[in-house]
Amino acid sequence: MGSGHGTELNLTLKVWRQKNSKASGSFETHQLTGISTDMSFLEMFDVLNEKLISEGKEAIAFDHDCREGICGMCSMYINGRPHGPKQGVTTCQLHMRSFKNGDTIVVEPWRSAAFPVIKDLAVDRSAFDRIIASGGYVSVNTGNAQDANNILIPKTDADEAFGAAACIGCGACVAACKNSSAMLFVSAKVSQLALLPQGQVERKERVKKMVAQMDEEGFGNCTNTGACEAECPKGISIENIARMNRELMSANIK
Amino acid sequence: MGSTGLFLVSFLIVHVSINSLIFLNDSGESFNAGAHFMAHNPVIRIVEIGLFAGLIAHIVQAWVLTNENKKARPVGYAMVDGAANSSWYSRSMGVLGSLLLIFLVVHLGNFWLPTKQAVFAHEEHNTFENMKQVFSQWYFVLLYLVGVIALCYHLLHGFQSAFQSLGMNHKKYTPSIKKFGIWFSIIVCILFAAMPLTMFLGIIK
Repeated sequence: MGSGHGTELNLTLKVWRQKNSKASGSFETHQLTGISTDMSFLEMFDVLNEKLISEGKEAIAFDHDCREGICGMCSMYINGRPHGPKQGVTTCQLHMRSFKNGDTIVVEPWRSAAFPVIKDLAVDRSAFDRIIASGGYVSVNTGNAQDANNILIPKTDADEAFGAAACIGCGACVAACKNSSAMLFVSAKVSQLALLPQGQVERKERVKKMVAQMDEEGFGNCTNTGACEAECPKGISIENIARMNRELMSANIK
Repeated sequence: MGSTGLFLVSFLIVHVSINSLIFLNDSGESFNAGAHFMAHNPVIRIVEIGLFAGLIAHIVQAWVLTNENKKARPVGYAMVDGAANSSWYSRSMGVLGSLLLIFLVVHLGNFWLPTKQAVFAHEEHNTFENMKQVFSQWYFVLLYLVGVIALCYHLLHGFQSAFQSLGMNHKKYTPSIKKFGIWFSIIVCILFAAMPLTMFLGIIK
Protein backbone atom coordinates (compact mmCIF):
# COMPACT_ATOMS: atom_id res chain seq x y z
CA MET A 1 0.00 0.00 0.00
CA GLY A 2 1.10 3.49 -0.74
CA SER A 3 4.18 2.39 -2.63
CA GLY A 4 3.80 5.32 -4.96
CA HIS A 5 5.11 3.34 -7.93
CA GLY A 6 1.78 2.91 -9.64
CA THR A 7 0.47 5.10 -12.39
CA GLU A 8 -3.13 6.07 -12.89
CA LEU A 9 -5.58 4.84 -15.50
CA ASN A 10 -8.65 6.26 -17.15
CA LEU A 11 -11.05 3.46 -18.05
CA THR A 12 -14.44 2.79 -19.59
CA LEU A 13 -16.31 0.07 -17.74
CA LYS A 14 -19.26 -1.77 -19.28
CA VAL A 15 -20.98 -3.58 -16.43
CA TRP A 16 -23.94 -5.95 -16.50
CA ARG A 17 -26.82 -4.66 -14.36
CA GLN A 18 -29.77 -6.87 -13.50
CA LYS A 19 -32.34 -6.19 -10.77
CA ASN A 20 -33.05 -9.83 -9.89
CA SER A 21 -33.14 -13.34 -11.36
CA LYS A 22 -36.40 -12.64 -13.21
CA ALA A 23 -35.55 -9.26 -14.69
CA SER A 24 -33.75 -9.05 -18.01
CA GLY A 25 -30.52 -7.13 -17.54
CA SER A 26 -28.47 -4.80 -19.69
CA PHE A 27 -25.05 -3.17 -19.81
CA GLU A 28 -24.33 0.10 -18.04
CA THR A 29 -21.32 2.21 -19.02
CA HIS A 30 -19.18 4.04 -16.47
CA GLN A 31 -16.18 6.30 -16.96
CA LEU A 32 -13.48 5.93 -14.33
CA THR A 33 -10.58 8.33 -13.86
CA GLY A 34 -7.45 8.12 -11.74
CA ILE A 35 -7.56 4.37 -11.07
CA SER A 36 -4.26 3.33 -9.51
CA THR A 37 -2.50 0.40 -11.18
CA ASP A 38 -1.78 -0.88 -7.64
CA MET A 39 -5.50 -1.48 -7.06
CA SER A 40 -7.01 -4.92 -7.31
CA PHE A 41 -9.90 -5.36 -9.73
CA LEU A 42 -12.33 -5.53 -6.81
CA GLU A 43 -10.90 -2.34 -5.28
CA MET A 44 -11.58 -0.64 -8.59
CA PHE A 45 -15.20 -1.77 -8.17
CA ASP A 46 -15.18 -0.42 -4.60
CA VAL A 47 -14.13 2.99 -5.95
CA LEU A 48 -16.89 2.85 -8.57
CA ASN A 49 -19.48 1.87 -5.96
CA GLU A 50 -18.40 4.68 -3.60
CA LYS A 51 -18.87 7.07 -6.50
CA LEU A 52 -22.31 5.63 -7.33
CA ILE A 53 -23.42 5.82 -3.68
CA SER A 54 -22.25 9.44 -3.36
CA GLU A 55 -24.27 10.24 -6.48
CA GLY A 56 -27.33 8.64 -4.85
CA LYS A 57 -27.31 5.67 -7.25
CA GLU A 58 -27.47 2.00 -6.44
CA ALA A 59 -24.15 0.23 -5.95
CA ILE A 60 -23.22 -2.69 -8.22
CA ALA A 61 -23.71 -6.06 -6.51
CA PHE A 62 -20.73 -8.42 -6.82
CA ASP A 63 -19.51 -11.42 -4.83
CA HIS A 64 -16.32 -11.18 -2.77
CA ASP A 65 -15.08 -12.35 0.59
CA CYS A 66 -11.47 -13.16 1.51
CA ARG A 67 -9.88 -11.08 -1.25
CA GLU A 68 -6.76 -13.24 -1.15
CA GLY A 69 -7.68 -15.94 -3.66
CA ILE A 70 -8.69 -18.77 -1.34
CA CYS A 71 -12.42 -18.49 -0.70
CA GLY A 72 -13.77 -18.80 -4.25
CA MET A 73 -16.41 -16.09 -3.88
CA CYS A 74 -15.32 -13.54 -6.50
CA SER A 75 -16.74 -14.34 -9.89
CA MET A 76 -16.55 -11.85 -12.71
CA TYR A 77 -16.37 -12.63 -16.43
CA ILE A 78 -13.93 -9.93 -17.57
CA ASN A 79 -13.32 -9.17 -21.27
CA GLY A 80 -14.53 -12.61 -22.30
CA ARG A 81 -12.69 -14.64 -19.64
CA PRO A 82 -13.54 -15.76 -16.10
CA HIS A 83 -11.35 -13.95 -13.52
CA GLY A 84 -9.95 -11.76 -16.31
CA PRO A 85 -6.89 -11.91 -18.56
CA LYS A 86 -4.38 -13.54 -16.16
CA GLN A 87 -4.02 -17.27 -15.68
CA GLY A 88 -3.99 -18.87 -12.25
CA VAL A 89 -5.58 -15.99 -10.38
CA THR A 90 -9.00 -15.10 -9.04
CA THR A 91 -10.59 -11.70 -9.73
CA CYS A 92 -9.46 -10.40 -6.33
CA GLN A 93 -5.86 -11.25 -7.24
CA LEU A 94 -6.13 -9.43 -10.57
CA HIS A 95 -4.55 -5.99 -10.48
CA MET A 96 -5.27 -2.94 -12.56
CA ARG A 97 -1.67 -3.04 -13.87
CA SER A 98 -2.96 -5.79 -16.15
CA PHE A 99 -4.88 -3.10 -18.07
CA LYS A 100 -3.83 -0.13 -20.15
CA ASN A 101 -4.87 3.49 -19.96
CA GLY A 102 -7.97 4.08 -22.08
CA ASP A 103 -9.07 0.42 -22.04
CA THR A 104 -12.72 -0.56 -22.23
CA ILE A 105 -13.45 -3.42 -19.83
CA VAL A 106 -16.57 -5.56 -20.23
CA VAL A 107 -17.73 -7.24 -17.01
CA GLU A 108 -20.44 -9.90 -17.00
CA PRO A 109 -21.74 -12.42 -14.45
CA TRP A 110 -21.08 -16.19 -14.80
CA ARG A 111 -23.55 -17.37 -17.45
CA SER A 112 -25.20 -20.72 -16.78
CA ALA A 113 -28.73 -22.01 -16.35
CA ALA A 114 -27.50 -23.65 -13.14
CA PHE A 115 -26.07 -20.32 -11.84
CA PRO A 116 -29.01 -17.89 -11.99
CA VAL A 117 -28.14 -14.22 -11.57
CA ILE A 118 -29.19 -12.96 -8.12
CA LYS A 119 -28.34 -9.35 -8.85
CA ASP A 120 -25.93 -7.59 -11.24
CA LEU A 121 -22.71 -9.65 -11.13
CA ALA A 122 -23.68 -11.94 -8.24
CA VAL A 123 -24.87 -15.42 -9.20
CA ASP A 124 -26.37 -18.23 -7.15
CA ARG A 125 -23.84 -21.07 -6.99
CA SER A 126 -25.77 -23.22 -4.52
CA ALA A 127 -25.96 -25.89 -7.26
CA PHE A 128 -22.35 -26.69 -6.26
CA ASP A 129 -23.41 -27.05 -2.61
CA ARG A 130 -26.15 -29.50 -3.57
CA ILE A 131 -23.67 -31.56 -5.62
CA ILE A 132 -21.32 -31.73 -2.59
CA ALA A 133 -24.23 -32.62 -0.29
CA SER A 134 -25.27 -35.46 -2.62
CA GLY A 135 -22.01 -37.39 -2.16
CA GLY A 136 -19.01 -35.32 -1.18
CA TYR A 137 -18.63 -36.78 2.31
CA VAL A 138 -16.85 -39.68 4.02
CA SER A 139 -17.78 -42.12 6.80
CA VAL A 140 -15.63 -41.88 9.92
CA ASN A 141 -15.20 -44.16 12.90
CA THR A 142 -16.76 -43.08 16.17
CA GLY A 143 -14.86 -43.43 19.41
CA ASN A 144 -11.21 -42.59 19.83
CA ALA A 145 -9.38 -41.34 16.78
CA GLN A 146 -6.91 -43.92 15.55
CA ASP A 147 -3.29 -43.09 14.99
CA ALA A 148 -3.05 -41.20 11.70
CA ASN A 149 0.17 -43.06 10.89
CA ASN A 150 -1.77 -46.34 10.73
CA ILE A 151 -3.19 -45.29 7.35
CA LEU A 152 -0.52 -45.48 4.69
CA ILE A 153 -0.98 -43.23 1.67
CA PRO A 154 1.46 -43.25 -1.26
CA LYS A 155 3.05 -39.84 -1.83
CA THR A 156 1.84 -39.69 -5.46
CA ASP A 157 -1.78 -40.33 -4.38
CA ALA A 158 -1.49 -37.72 -1.64
CA ASP A 159 -0.13 -35.20 -4.15
CA GLU A 160 -2.87 -35.87 -6.69
CA ALA A 161 -5.58 -35.72 -4.02
CA PHE A 162 -4.13 -32.46 -2.76
CA GLY A 163 -4.06 -31.06 -6.29
CA ALA A 164 -7.76 -31.85 -6.70
CA ALA A 165 -8.56 -30.55 -3.21
CA ALA A 166 -7.12 -27.15 -4.18
CA CYS A 167 -10.46 -26.46 -5.93
CA ILE A 168 -12.12 -23.46 -4.28
CA GLY A 169 -15.48 -24.02 -6.01
CA CYS A 170 -15.55 -20.58 -7.65
CA GLY A 171 -17.30 -21.84 -10.79
CA ALA A 172 -14.82 -20.40 -13.33
CA CYS A 173 -14.78 -23.82 -15.02
CA VAL A 174 -18.53 -23.58 -15.66
CA ALA A 175 -18.22 -19.96 -16.77
CA ALA A 176 -15.36 -20.74 -19.18
CA CYS A 177 -16.89 -23.88 -20.69
CA LYS A 178 -18.80 -23.31 -23.92
CA ASN A 179 -21.26 -25.96 -22.72
CA SER A 180 -21.46 -24.59 -19.19
CA SER A 181 -20.30 -27.96 -17.88
CA ALA A 182 -19.38 -28.51 -14.23
CA MET A 183 -17.23 -31.58 -14.91
CA LEU A 184 -13.97 -30.04 -13.65
CA PHE A 185 -15.49 -29.04 -10.31
CA VAL A 186 -17.31 -32.34 -9.75
CA SER A 187 -14.34 -34.43 -10.90
CA ALA A 188 -12.00 -32.56 -8.55
CA LYS A 189 -14.28 -33.34 -5.63
CA VAL A 190 -14.76 -36.97 -6.69
CA SER A 191 -11.00 -37.43 -7.25
CA GLN A 192 -9.97 -35.89 -3.96
CA LEU A 193 -11.98 -38.51 -2.06
CA ALA A 194 -11.53 -41.46 -4.45
CA LEU A 195 -7.73 -41.21 -4.18
CA LEU A 196 -7.60 -41.43 -0.39
CA PRO A 197 -8.34 -44.45 1.86
CA GLN A 198 -10.91 -42.45 3.85
CA GLY A 199 -13.05 -42.05 0.74
CA GLN A 200 -13.28 -45.74 -0.20
CA VAL A 201 -16.47 -46.61 1.72
CA GLU A 202 -18.75 -44.45 -0.44
CA ARG A 203 -16.51 -44.48 -3.51
CA LYS A 204 -18.95 -46.12 -5.99
CA GLU A 205 -22.10 -44.48 -4.66
CA ARG A 206 -20.45 -41.07 -4.44
CA VAL A 207 -19.57 -40.72 -8.11
CA LYS A 208 -23.01 -41.92 -9.21
CA LYS A 209 -24.85 -39.53 -6.87
CA MET A 210 -22.68 -36.52 -7.61
CA VAL A 211 -22.91 -36.96 -11.38
CA ALA A 212 -26.69 -37.47 -11.14
CA GLN A 213 -27.01 -34.25 -9.09
CA MET A 214 -24.76 -32.40 -11.56
CA ASP A 215 -27.05 -33.43 -14.42
CA GLU A 216 -30.16 -32.53 -12.46
CA GLU A 217 -28.83 -29.00 -11.83
CA GLY A 218 -28.78 -28.40 -15.60
CA PHE A 219 -25.06 -28.14 -16.28
CA GLY A 220 -23.96 -29.03 -19.83
CA ASN A 221 -21.77 -31.87 -21.07
CA CYS A 222 -18.00 -32.01 -21.34
CA THR A 223 -16.59 -31.90 -24.89
CA ASN A 224 -12.95 -31.80 -23.76
CA THR A 225 -12.07 -28.35 -25.08
CA GLY A 226 -9.87 -27.88 -22.00
CA ALA A 227 -11.10 -24.29 -21.43
CA CYS A 228 -11.88 -25.10 -17.76
CA GLU A 229 -8.36 -26.27 -17.02
CA ALA A 230 -6.87 -23.22 -18.73
CA GLU A 231 -9.04 -20.80 -16.76
CA CYS A 232 -9.05 -22.54 -13.36
CA PRO A 233 -7.42 -20.17 -10.83
CA LYS A 234 -6.11 -23.23 -8.97
CA GLY A 235 -4.78 -25.09 -12.02
CA ILE A 236 -6.99 -28.17 -11.54
CA SER A 237 -6.18 -30.66 -14.31
CA ILE A 238 -8.68 -32.31 -16.64
CA GLU A 239 -6.98 -35.58 -15.70
CA ASN A 240 -9.56 -35.44 -12.91
CA ILE A 241 -12.37 -35.49 -15.48
CA ALA A 242 -10.93 -38.65 -17.06
CA ARG A 243 -10.67 -40.16 -13.58
CA MET A 244 -14.31 -39.33 -12.87
CA ASN A 245 -15.36 -40.92 -16.19
CA ARG A 246 -13.40 -43.99 -15.16
CA GLU A 247 -14.91 -44.02 -11.67
CA LEU A 248 -18.41 -43.70 -13.09
CA MET A 249 -17.92 -46.48 -15.63
CA SER A 250 -16.58 -48.89 -13.03
CA ALA A 251 -19.33 -47.91 -10.55
CA ASN A 252 -22.00 -48.58 -13.18
CA ILE A 253 -20.55 -51.98 -14.07
CA LYS A 254 -20.56 -53.24 -10.47
CA MET B 1 -19.29 -39.80 -28.56
CA GLY B 2 -15.84 -41.13 -27.90
CA SER B 3 -16.57 -44.81 -28.46
CA THR B 4 -18.60 -44.24 -31.65
CA GLY B 5 -15.95 -41.78 -32.85
CA LEU B 6 -13.13 -44.29 -32.40
CA PHE B 7 -15.24 -46.91 -34.18
CA LEU B 8 -15.59 -44.56 -37.15
CA VAL B 9 -11.82 -43.95 -37.03
CA SER B 10 -11.26 -47.70 -37.47
CA PHE B 11 -13.29 -47.47 -40.68
CA LEU B 12 -11.17 -44.55 -41.89
CA ILE B 13 -8.03 -46.70 -41.58
CA VAL B 14 -9.52 -49.39 -43.84
CA HIS B 15 -10.91 -46.80 -46.26
CA VAL B 16 -7.68 -44.83 -46.65
CA SER B 17 -5.60 -48.04 -46.96
CA ILE B 18 -7.62 -49.52 -49.81
CA ASN B 19 -7.99 -46.21 -51.62
CA SER B 20 -4.25 -45.60 -51.40
CA LEU B 21 -3.86 -48.51 -53.83
CA ILE B 22 -4.58 -45.97 -56.59
CA PHE B 23 -1.14 -44.48 -55.91
CA LEU B 24 0.42 -47.67 -57.36
CA ASN B 25 -0.63 -46.02 -60.65
CA ASP B 26 -1.47 -49.39 -62.25
CA SER B 27 -4.61 -48.09 -64.02
CA GLY B 28 -6.59 -48.99 -60.92
CA GLU B 29 -6.00 -52.74 -61.14
CA SER B 30 -5.06 -53.26 -57.47
CA PHE B 31 -7.58 -50.70 -56.30
CA ASN B 32 -10.45 -52.29 -58.25
CA ALA B 33 -9.52 -55.68 -56.80
CA GLY B 34 -9.69 -54.17 -53.30
CA ALA B 35 -12.99 -52.46 -54.07
CA HIS B 36 -14.41 -55.69 -55.45
CA PHE B 37 -13.45 -57.54 -52.27
CA MET B 38 -15.08 -54.85 -50.08
CA ALA B 39 -18.28 -54.88 -52.17
CA HIS B 40 -18.72 -58.66 -52.21
CA ASN B 41 -17.26 -60.06 -48.97
CA PRO B 42 -20.18 -61.12 -46.71
CA VAL B 43 -18.32 -60.19 -43.49
CA ILE B 44 -17.67 -56.68 -44.82
CA ARG B 45 -21.37 -56.39 -45.76
CA ILE B 46 -22.37 -57.11 -42.15
CA VAL B 47 -19.73 -54.71 -40.80
CA GLU B 48 -21.14 -52.08 -43.17
CA ILE B 49 -24.49 -52.23 -41.38
CA GLY B 50 -22.64 -51.74 -38.08
CA LEU B 51 -20.79 -48.81 -39.62
CA PHE B 52 -24.02 -47.06 -40.61
CA ALA B 53 -25.41 -47.75 -37.12
CA GLY B 54 -22.23 -46.27 -35.58
CA LEU B 55 -22.45 -43.21 -37.79
CA ILE B 56 -26.11 -42.64 -36.93
CA ALA B 57 -25.38 -43.17 -33.20
CA HIS B 58 -22.54 -40.61 -33.44
CA ILE B 59 -24.87 -38.06 -35.07
CA VAL B 60 -27.75 -38.70 -32.63
CA GLN B 61 -25.40 -38.40 -29.63
CA ALA B 62 -24.04 -35.12 -31.01
CA TRP B 63 -27.55 -33.82 -31.57
CA VAL B 64 -28.72 -34.68 -28.03
CA LEU B 65 -25.56 -33.30 -26.38
CA THR B 66 -25.67 -30.07 -28.40
CA ASN B 67 -29.28 -29.46 -27.40
CA GLU B 68 -28.51 -30.11 -23.72
CA ASN B 69 -25.49 -27.83 -23.90
CA LYS B 70 -27.50 -25.02 -25.48
CA LYS B 71 -30.06 -25.31 -22.69
CA ALA B 72 -27.27 -25.10 -20.10
CA ARG B 73 -26.52 -21.50 -21.12
CA PRO B 74 -29.75 -19.76 -22.14
CA VAL B 75 -28.23 -16.26 -21.86
CA GLY B 76 -24.90 -16.02 -23.66
CA TYR B 77 -21.95 -13.74 -23.05
CA ALA B 78 -21.61 -10.42 -24.87
CA MET B 79 -17.86 -10.97 -25.16
CA VAL B 80 -16.08 -14.33 -25.34
CA ASP B 81 -12.31 -14.73 -25.69
CA GLY B 82 -12.38 -18.41 -26.66
CA ALA B 83 -8.93 -18.38 -28.23
CA ALA B 84 -7.45 -17.62 -24.80
CA ASN B 85 -8.29 -21.04 -23.41
CA SER B 86 -9.07 -23.53 -26.20
CA SER B 87 -8.52 -24.29 -29.89
CA TRP B 88 -11.11 -23.09 -32.39
CA TYR B 89 -11.65 -26.60 -33.76
CA SER B 90 -12.31 -28.09 -30.31
CA ARG B 91 -15.11 -25.52 -30.00
CA SER B 92 -16.40 -26.14 -33.55
CA MET B 93 -16.89 -29.92 -33.60
CA GLY B 94 -20.60 -29.48 -34.41
CA VAL B 95 -19.91 -27.22 -37.40
CA LEU B 96 -17.08 -29.46 -38.65
CA GLY B 97 -19.28 -32.54 -38.18
CA SER B 98 -22.14 -30.93 -40.09
CA LEU B 99 -19.77 -30.09 -42.96
CA LEU B 100 -18.64 -33.71 -42.93
CA LEU B 101 -22.24 -34.90 -43.07
CA ILE B 102 -22.97 -32.75 -46.14
CA PHE B 103 -19.78 -34.06 -47.74
CA LEU B 104 -20.74 -37.62 -46.84
CA VAL B 105 -24.14 -37.39 -48.55
CA VAL B 106 -22.48 -36.25 -51.79
CA HIS B 107 -19.69 -38.80 -51.33
CA LEU B 108 -22.12 -41.72 -50.92
CA GLY B 109 -24.02 -40.48 -53.96
CA ASN B 110 -20.80 -40.43 -55.98
CA PHE B 111 -19.43 -43.86 -55.08
CA TRP B 112 -21.47 -45.95 -52.65
CA LEU B 113 -24.70 -45.72 -54.66
CA PRO B 114 -23.22 -46.68 -58.09
CA THR B 115 -21.37 -49.59 -56.43
CA LYS B 116 -24.58 -50.85 -54.82
CA GLN B 117 -26.50 -50.52 -58.09
CA ALA B 118 -23.87 -52.59 -59.87
CA VAL B 119 -23.94 -55.29 -57.17
CA PHE B 120 -27.72 -55.59 -57.40
CA ALA B 121 -27.57 -55.68 -61.20
CA HIS B 122 -24.83 -58.36 -60.98
CA GLU B 123 -22.49 -56.16 -62.96
CA GLU B 124 -18.83 -55.49 -62.36
CA HIS B 125 -18.39 -51.88 -61.17
CA ASN B 126 -15.20 -50.14 -62.23
CA THR B 127 -14.71 -47.98 -59.14
CA PHE B 128 -11.44 -46.57 -60.47
CA GLU B 129 -13.16 -45.25 -63.63
CA ASN B 130 -15.92 -43.93 -61.35
CA MET B 131 -13.27 -42.00 -59.37
CA LYS B 132 -11.60 -40.62 -62.49
CA GLN B 133 -14.96 -39.44 -63.80
CA VAL B 134 -15.98 -37.71 -60.52
CA PHE B 135 -12.56 -36.13 -60.03
CA SER B 136 -12.47 -34.72 -63.56
CA GLN B 137 -14.98 -32.10 -62.36
CA TRP B 138 -13.34 -29.22 -60.47
CA TYR B 139 -16.33 -28.60 -58.16
CA PHE B 140 -16.22 -32.15 -56.83
CA VAL B 141 -12.47 -31.81 -56.26
CA LEU B 142 -13.10 -28.59 -54.34
CA LEU B 143 -15.89 -30.12 -52.24
CA TYR B 144 -13.73 -33.15 -51.42
CA LEU B 145 -10.88 -30.90 -50.31
CA VAL B 146 -13.23 -28.96 -48.03
CA GLY B 147 -14.54 -32.27 -46.66
CA VAL B 148 -11.03 -33.55 -46.01
CA ILE B 149 -9.96 -30.35 -44.23
CA ALA B 150 -13.09 -30.57 -42.03
CA LEU B 151 -12.19 -34.21 -41.33
CA CYS B 152 -8.63 -33.26 -40.40
CA TYR B 153 -9.68 -30.70 -37.78
CA HIS B 154 -12.52 -32.95 -36.55
CA LEU B 155 -9.95 -35.70 -35.94
CA LEU B 156 -7.34 -33.35 -34.45
CA HIS B 157 -9.69 -32.74 -31.54
CA GLY B 158 -11.75 -35.91 -31.71
CA PHE B 159 -9.00 -38.51 -31.56
CA GLN B 160 -7.44 -37.50 -28.26
CA SER B 161 -10.81 -36.31 -26.90
CA ALA B 162 -12.23 -39.83 -27.29
CA PHE B 163 -9.59 -41.25 -24.98
CA GLN B 164 -10.28 -38.57 -22.36
CA SER B 165 -14.04 -39.32 -22.50
CA LEU B 166 -13.35 -43.01 -22.05
CA GLY B 167 -11.42 -42.21 -18.89
CA MET B 168 -7.96 -42.65 -20.34
CA ASN B 169 -5.73 -39.80 -19.26
CA HIS B 170 -2.35 -40.80 -17.95
CA LYS B 171 0.81 -38.74 -17.46
CA LYS B 172 2.87 -41.43 -19.19
CA TYR B 173 0.64 -42.40 -22.14
CA THR B 174 -1.53 -39.36 -22.92
CA PRO B 175 1.26 -37.29 -24.53
CA SER B 176 1.91 -40.21 -26.95
CA ILE B 177 -1.82 -40.61 -27.69
CA LYS B 178 -2.05 -36.89 -28.45
CA LYS B 179 1.03 -36.98 -30.69
CA PHE B 180 -0.25 -40.07 -32.51
CA GLY B 181 -3.65 -38.40 -32.97
CA ILE B 182 -2.06 -35.35 -34.61
CA TRP B 183 0.06 -37.44 -37.00
CA PHE B 184 -2.85 -39.76 -37.74
CA SER B 185 -5.17 -36.85 -38.60
CA ILE B 186 -2.62 -35.17 -40.84
CA ILE B 187 -1.42 -38.29 -42.68
CA VAL B 188 -4.92 -39.70 -43.29
CA CYS B 189 -6.15 -36.35 -44.58
CA ILE B 190 -3.13 -35.74 -46.83
CA LEU B 191 -3.69 -39.18 -48.40
CA PHE B 192 -7.41 -38.52 -48.88
CA ALA B 193 -6.75 -35.05 -50.30
CA ALA B 194 -4.13 -36.43 -52.70
CA MET B 195 -6.72 -38.73 -54.34
CA PRO B 196 -8.95 -36.12 -56.02
CA LEU B 197 -5.95 -33.81 -56.63
CA THR B 198 -3.71 -36.37 -58.38
CA MET B 199 -6.62 -37.60 -60.49
CA PHE B 200 -7.72 -34.11 -61.46
CA LEU B 201 -4.14 -33.19 -62.41
CA GLY B 202 -3.79 -36.41 -64.39
CA ILE B 203 -0.90 -37.77 -62.30
CA ILE B 204 -2.86 -40.94 -61.56
CA LYS B 205 -4.22 -42.39 -64.80
